[in-house]
Amino acid sequence: MTPRQRRWVFLAAAGGLLAFYLWGLVGLPGFGAYPGPYGDVINAIAVAQTHATGVVSAVNFEYRGFDTLGEEFILFIAATGVATVLRHLRAEHDLPAPDEAPDEATDRQVPTTSDAIRMVTLAFIGPTLVVGWYLAVHAQTSPAGGFQGGVVLATAFVLVYLAGQFIALKRISPAHVTDSIEALPAGSFAAVGVAALVLGGAYLANVLPLGSSPGAVNSSGTIALISFFVGVEVAAAFVLIVGELLEQTLIIREGVDK
Amino acid sequence: MSVFPFVVVAWILMVGLYGIITSRHLVHQIVCLIVVQSSTYVLLLAVGYKTGAVAPYFSDIPLNTPAVDPVVQALALTDVVVEAAVTALLVAFAIQAHKRFGTLDPEKLRQFQG
Repeated sequence: MTPRQRRWVFLAAAGGLLAFYLWGLVGLPGFGAYPGPYGDVINAIAVAQTHATGVVSAVNFEYRGFDTLGEEFILFIAATGVATVLRHLRAEHDLPAPDEAPDEATDRQVPTTSDAIRMVTLAFIGPTLVVGWYLAVHAQTSPAGGFQGGVVLATAFVLVYLAGQFIALKRISPAHVTDSIEALPAGSFAAVGVAALVLGGAYLANVLPLGSSPGAVNSSGTIALISFFVGVEVAAAFVLIVGELLEQTLIIREGVDK
Repeated sequence: MSVFPFVVVAWILMVGLYGIITSRHLVHQIVCLIVVQSSTYVLLLAVGYKTGAVAPYFSDIPLNTPAVDPVVQALALTDVVVEAAVTALLVAFAIQAHKRFGTLDPEKLRQFQG
């Protein structure tokens, strides 16, 4: 099928999809006329029940805790998958490479990192770590949480790469250490659920003390704990993924230099 | 204009799909997939919106303040995480395809099949 034919097939199919979507839209309540009831019910009871004032976190780490466990393992498996897919190639390229077809990136001039970038990123590493940590441990009170905090924490490691060299990033996050740091909190999340079972509750039931004042850092029991585990797991997963991808870029460059 | 956000959803979805169909570069195609997925964020948040309601965070407001649906917001968060995971894997496969075949053009890659 030529690109032109494919475009026509797509336009026909897209017209059908659009028609069905608009048809479905007719039956929806208008924007802003939320019919409920789940959101209203959870908003009414979540703070009293979990002592978390951030209801989205309460939904994620308590009411939908089991879903979030699966979500966390999706990320875990994706990071493992990236490492596996790229590791195979690395072994290939560690062999003395015969004259390969020149890469498209070879004629690209890579400018050296400017001192301005180094200075700014160096200055930002500390604050980024603090903000990431803050986000990861404040899921119960603000629009924060493990996922957001973890990504910000991983950004700090990318800043290390920007400020220095790839070797600096590898030195502070060796693959085997990152692997373990990724696996440990993922397992801890599941272990929190099992602990609830042992103590006689349902899986992932909130068995820890909820704290006296809703929204305090030490409130909300397992919500805060799980959010912290998720934060560490997400940070490690992203450091691993970014590290693997950067390593590929460097291997291409090394090949060029030979 | 009570359907406007849903029209935006349809627009983002269609633009992303068109990009995937006509793309000549795998990385561009991955970005188009992210655009397609972005339409679901808008859809989720639009479905849960209530006119005049605030975000479902009760740290500094009375508990009975009308707030939007937190369930769809939590779903949007899941959506973002899955998108990040999918993107990472697809980029890894794109790198592999480029290493093996020396091109990222889907039309040229097709010739290497079977």
